[in-house]
Amino acid sequence: MIPHEKLPVEDSNPAGKPDAAARRDFLKAGAVVAGATLAPGVLFYGVAHSRPAEEPASAAVRWGMLIDTQKCGDGCKSCVTACNEENGLSGKTGPQDSQWIRKVDIRNLQTGAHHELPMLCQHCENPPCVDVCPTGASMKRADGIVLVDRHVCIGCRYCMMACPYKARSLVHEPLTEQKPDVPRGMGCVEACTFCVQRVDRDETPACVEACSRDGHNAMLFGNLNDADAPIAKVLKSMASTEVRADLNLNTGVRYQGI
Amino acid sequence: MMAKSLLKKGVGVLLVTVGGLFGLLSVAQAGVEVPSLPPAKVAGKCVEDTDFMRRNHMDLLKHHRNDTMRLGIRTTKHSLKGCVECHASEKSGSVASSKDDFCVACHSYASVKLDCWGCHATKPGKKPADHPAAALGATRAGGEK
Amino acid sequence: MNIAFREIQAKQGYWLTMLVFGALAGMGVLSALYMEHHGHIVTGMTNQIVWGLPHVFAVFLIVAASGALNVASIATVFGKTLYKPLNRLSALMALTFLAGGLMALVLDLGRADRLIVAMTEYNFKSIFAWNVILYNGFFVIVIAYLWTMMDRKGAPWYKVVGTFAFIWRLILTTGTGSIFGFLVAREAYDAALLAPMFIIFSFNYGLAMFMLILMGLYKGDNRPLGDKLVNRLRSLLGTFVAASLYFTLVYHLTNLYFTKHQGLEAFLLLEGGIHTQMFWIGQVLIGYVVPMAILFNPATNGRGWTVLAATAAVLGGLAQMWVTIIGGQAYPMDIFPGYAVTSSFYDGVVNAYRPALVEILLGIGGVATAILLTVGASKVLRFMPERLDDETLAALHGKH
Repeated sequence: MIPHEKLPVEDSNPAGKPDAAARRDFLKAGAVVAGATLAPGVLFYGVAHSRPAEEPASAAVRWGMLIDTQKCGDGCKSCVTACNEENGLSGKTGPQDSQWIRKVDIRNLQTGAHHELPMLCQHCENPPCVDVCPTGASMKRADGIVLVDRHVCIGCRYCMMACPYKARSLVHEPLTEQKPDVPRGMGCVEACTFCVQRVDRDETPACVEACSRDGHNAMLFGNLNDADAPIAKVLKSMASTEVRADLNLNTGVRYQGI
Repeated sequence: MMAKSLLKKGVGVLLVTVGGLFGLLSVAQAGVEVPSLPPAKVAGKCVEDTDFMRRNHMDLLKHHRNDTMRLGIRTTKHSLKGCVECHASEKSGSVASSKDDFCVACHSYASVKLDCWGCHATKPGKKPADHPAAALGATRAGGEK
Repeated sequence: MNIAFREIQAKQGYWLTMLVFGALAGMGVLSALYMEHHGHIVTGMTNQIVWGLPHVFAVFLIVAASGALNVASIATVFGKTLYKPLNRLSALMALTFLAGGLMALVLDLGRADRLIVAMTEYNFKSIFAWNVILYNGFFVIVIAYLWTMMDRKGAPWYKVVGTFAFIWRLILTTGTGSIFGFLVAREAYDAALLAPMFIIFSFNYGLAMFMLILMGLYKGDNRPLGDKLVNRLRSLLGTFVAASLYFTLVYHLTNLYFTKHQGLEAFLLLEGGIHTQMFWIGQVLIGYVVPMAILFNPATNGRGWTVLAATAAVLGGLAQMWVTIIGGQAYPMDIFPGYAVTSSFYDGVVNAYRPALVEILLGIGGVATAILLTVGASKVLRFMPERLDDETLAALHGKH
């Protein structure tokens, strides 16, 4: 086992190049970044700068999502389809199939009022799933994204018992053809990751992107800690609710219209 | 007197057994070939020396996986995706699907079980933005990352 | 006078027992291998019923193991010397039943190959992590306790280690009940009562299993077991069954009082189909009414009646575990109170569960392992007193 200090570290300027060449490279890199900024389908929500690869996620950021159920379309499943596509899920809905996001129909028993909304991992600030995991595989990253470290998960399913939103699934059979960005496998528990692979590339989760692309705009994603972010502004000015708010979990996902 | 001859017999049996086992072992070793690994996709050498990689790749992977998973550090030099990009074989397009593939060839020789590929994709991704090899190329040219 | 302990004899009955239970244990292991290879898709457990029959058996065995140690504790900690000859068997059963229960539990893990990870990486906020330490520690402590009973060199430590073991197992069983009690998400759990309730259940199930094994071993090895001892055990078991009934009553009455839990109670007590049947017929009738009727009635104090009562208590315990573990998951989680909910992920509906054969075999395999180890150990070492007839016990204890 190599001690941490002795592991080779990436050298960002390996050739030790002279100034002119370094300046040329900087301009090249700058052009790439500018191009990426203007590229369609890549949206920055309140992130002032892209996080460099060697920098860890920071608690200065808290990722959150706001869902306006009144804009949620009749029977629309764009978010679900996009999630399945992005994360390599089968899309099947049998009792043993994984669903990271699902459309839920609710009808008020008293008034008959009817709403539709997507239900996904709420990325709580005080996640019960993280509390109960015996090995610490269920974890909350510094920027608030709740994840399963499948290197350490023993498949005990205690987190599935503990989640108040029934957000987690167990992988019941051997998998092949996983997406390279989304490792997942048999025997481990999994749930929505806020598309962490996309968020770390300064993109939004696939469900949010699909909802915008299809014109519903029911889902808003961004940094709750950034007062200038659209999501923070809306949350500050308009009423929103947490599902099962009485549990005091301070969820990252909030809803309007229910 | 009888004890002494018994002792001699016992030692003799022991020597023959141990000698025989060594003999068998050398015969067995002579029969198995060291695996020849398929060549890497990106020409030139690996991100680290071959000898270093042979002895330490498991520690690199274990350290890096915690950095990425727990801390969100996304450097590509030691990322598993990076390895797959370069080392996926021409024939199967994968690092672990057949006996001649990069990871399986050595691991079946060394008889060490591979746990990675139950979860991780064994084939490179399709989107150009996913290619750590592309990032590797950019780093090689000396650009900032 | 000292009572003599002797190994059981390896006669035909012994080998037959070992063969049968060995085969059952083996089938349990084979089922686990099948599950590990193909994944949980071969079981009846789903993303809605997450813990199934293996957990019913496993938690039952773990709770019974803790309770089996009670008999020894009564002698060591509370000084009731009548039970002292039984303390070796009691400690042995605590070990073997915990082993059987843990076997069923661990072999059901999605990644059972990562057990080493579970023993080296700990999240100390998780009661599961504490349980790993409590269960492993229990093995060490009870083995030490046995040493103080069986080795003359250990005798001076008998009271200290015995008291430590008693306290440890109270913490362990509290931890087992808290697995459920700490779950805020589900209406059937989320209750502090579950921890002490499991303690009382452990007294009940542990003693019932102990009595069955005791009577079985003595009958099988043709050793005298007097009524004096059995009657004491009978009244003790009757008391524990009554206490279990009390806790069950308090649990359900409290839930019925809260409007928000009335849906759950209606489900468990009336509309839950198999779960309702398990509750009324399994847990209440077979688990409480039948044993109490037999054990508190002087007319039914024959050995056969005692076996029936203890068996009924055990079956009732399994039914109770079903109601708690599976019934608690079958009732839909109330994510949107006041709303009728439907989705593709089985929100708002009662969740169906049909155990697969592999689960049944794994659960029974755990029980079989426990019995196999108990009987096998009794043949190898001296856990059983040579005779427990009334005269011997009277001579041993004078006024008792």
